[in-house]
Amino acid sequence: MSNSDKLYTNRKTAKEKLIWLADHFKREWQIYLMLMPMIIWFLVFLYKPMYGLQIAFKDYSIFRGIEASPWVGMEHFNDLFSNSQFLRAIKNTFLISFYSLIFGFPVPILLALMFNEIIHAVYKRSAQTIVYLPHFISTVIIAGIVITAFSPSAGIVNTVLSWFGFEPVYFLTKAEWFRPIFIGSGIWQEAGFSSIIFLAAIAGVNPSLYESAVVDGASRWQMMWKITLPSILPTIIIMLIIRIGNLMEVGFELIILLYQPATYETADVINTYIYRQGLQSGQYDLAAAAGFFNAVVAFVLVMAANTISKRFSRTSLW
Amino acid sequence: MQNWNLYSRGDKLFVRINAVLIGLFALSTLYPFIYIAAVSFSSAFAARAGKVVLAPIDITLGAYAHVLSEPQFWNSYGNTFIYTIGGTLTSLLIIVPGAYALSRPQLIGRRFWNLMIAFTMWFHAGMIPFWLNMRDLGLLDSMLGIIIAFACNAFNIILLRNFFESIPQSFEEAARMDGANEFQVLWKVFVPLSKPAIATITLFCVVARWNGFFWAMILLTDEGKVPLQVYLRQTIADLSDDEEFSSTLIDAAYSVETVTAAIIVCSIIPVLCFYPFIQKYFNKGIMLGGVKE
Repeated sequence: MSNSDKLYTNRKTAKEKLIWLADHFKREWQIYLMLMPMIIWFLVFLYKPMYGLQIAFKDYSIFRGIEASPWVGMEHFNDLFSNSQFLRAIKNTFLISFYSLIFGFPVPILLALMFNEIIHAVYKRSAQTIVYLPHFISTVIIAGIVITAFSPSAGIVNTVLSWFGFEPVYFLTKAEWFRPIFIGSGIWQEAGFSSIIFLAAIAGVNPSLYESAVVDGASRWQMMWKITLPSILPTIIIMLIIRIGNLMEVGFELIILLYQPATYETADVINTYIYRQGLQSGQYDLAAAAGFFNAVVAFVLVMAANTISKRFSRTSLW
Repeated sequence: MQNWNLYSRGDKLFVRINAVLIGLFALSTLYPFIYIAAVSFSSAFAARAGKVVLAPIDITLGAYAHVLSEPQFWNSYGNTFIYTIGGTLTSLLIIVPGAYALSRPQLIGRRFWNLMIAFTMWFHAGMIPFWLNMRDLGLLDSMLGIIIAFACNAFNIILLRNFFESIPQSFEEAARMDGANEFQVLWKVFVPLSKPAIATITLFCVVARWNGFFWAMILLTDEGKVPLQVYLRQTIADLSDDEEFSSTLIDAAYSVETVTAAIIVCSIIPVLCFYPFIQKYFNKGIMLGGVKE
C-alpha cells in the first residue's frame, strides 16, 4: 500500500476522496480491467438467473416475460407441498444422500488407511492409479457401463446369477434395486479419489509418534488404530461436515440416465423432479419454486456446516 | 518406516493381507472397464447371450467398424475437442487475470468481490432460471453458449487466488523496479510461479468439459453441435428403450450392446492417454483446493 492509500482513511472530505479515487483508478486501472470480465460473467450467468428466480412467486408466461408476469405469492409452494410426487422427491433426496453417506463415507478412509500400510512403492502407486481412474470418467459412461452390466439378457450380473441358478432380474426396472445400484456405482467411482484427502492427512502425521510406538513394540495394526486414525480424525470430521452440508447435492445427472417411470418411486429426487416438470413439461414457475426450495435448504445446510466446522477446528472451509 | 526383516510375524501377515485386499479392490475397480472392452470386441450374438465375462468371445471388430463409419460419431468427437479446448482456454482467460486482481491488496472492494464470487458456491438459482436466462441471451443451441456459460466457477477462482496470495511480495519487486505493468507482472512473475495451481484448474476444467453432458443435452438441439457424451447418451437411451425388442436390432456384425461398449472405449481412450500426465497434479490439486487454513 502506498502512502496516499493510507492517508485516505484519515481524510474525510468528499472532494479529496474523489481526487484520491481518480488517482487510484489512473494508477491501478489495469487490475480493474483484469477483474471486469470475471465480474461481468458472474453477473450475467449466475446473478441474473437469481433475479429470474422471482418466477417462483409468479404465474410465469413465456410471452409476458419474467417481469410482466403477475405475482401469485406462495401458490406454487402450496402446490408443491400438497403434491405427493414432490414430497416423494424430497424423501428420496434425503434417503439417497443418507445411504450414500452411511455406506460411502467410510470407504475412502479405510482405503487411505490401507494404502498407508503398503510398503512396496510401485505396487502402491499402481493401485492408486487404478482406483483414482473412475473419477475422471463421464457420468454417461458410468451409466452406459451400469446399463450394460445389469442388462437382463446380456449383462454380466445376470450371467453370474445364472451360474448359481437364479432367474435373470431386470434390475433397472426394479424400484427396490435402484438405490443399491446408484450408491454402489457412486462408491465405485469416487471412493478411490476421495481417499486422497485422507492420505494427505496421514502424510502430515508426526513421524516421531510412530518411532516411539515402534520402540514400545507396537504392531502395525495397533499403530494404524491408535496413531493414524486418531491423527486424521479432524480431517474426517471436517469432511463429514462438508458431506452433510452438501446433502441436497445428489448426483442427479446419473439418476436421469438410469431411472425410468418404473423406478421413480425410489429414484426421483428434487433435481430430477425439477428437470421433468420444468425442462421437459415446461412448468417453469412451479419447477423454479422447487429449485428455490432446494437452494434455500442447501444454503442453510452449507452455512450450518461451515459454522460448525469453524467452531470445531478453528478452520474455515473457505 | 523400518526394515522388512525387522517386522514381526504378525506385522508381515498384516501387511500381506492388506496388500491382497488393496489388490482386490483395484481389480474390482478395473473390472467394469475390462468387461466393457471385452463386450466391445465380442460378436453381437455372444454379447446378447451374456457370454462375455472377462475376455472377448468370437472376436470381431464389427462394432468398431459400425461406430467409426458413423459420421455423427466423428462429428461429436470433434465437437468434444472444440468444447474442451475452447472452454478451457476461455476459463483460463477469465479466471487467471480475475484471480490475480482479487489477490491484489490495493483492489477497492476486494472483500465485496470475493464475497460475490464465494456466494455462488453456497446459493445458486437452479436449473430453470439458468435455462430461461440462456434462452433470453439467445444462447440456446449455440456452441459459443456452451463454451462461455460454463467458463467460471467459484472454487477454481478461490483456489488460484489463494495460491497467488501465498506468493511472497519480494518476487514481484524486481519486476516492478523494471517498470513492469500489472499484465507483465502477472504473466512473467505470477503465472510461472503458479504452474501447479494453474495446472490443477486446467485439469479440473478439461475433465469437466470432456465429461460434461447435462447442459449440452438440454441446450443443444442441433445434432451437428452435440458433444460425444450426448451422442453416447442417445445410443444408450436407444439401448435401454429397445431392451425388449432389441432382438430385431441384432445385426450379424454388431448389437446395441457392442456398439455402446465400443463408443465407451473410444471415449475413454483420450482420458487414458492424458491420465499419466495429469496424475502428478492430483495430490497438489486436492491439497490446494482442500481445507483452507
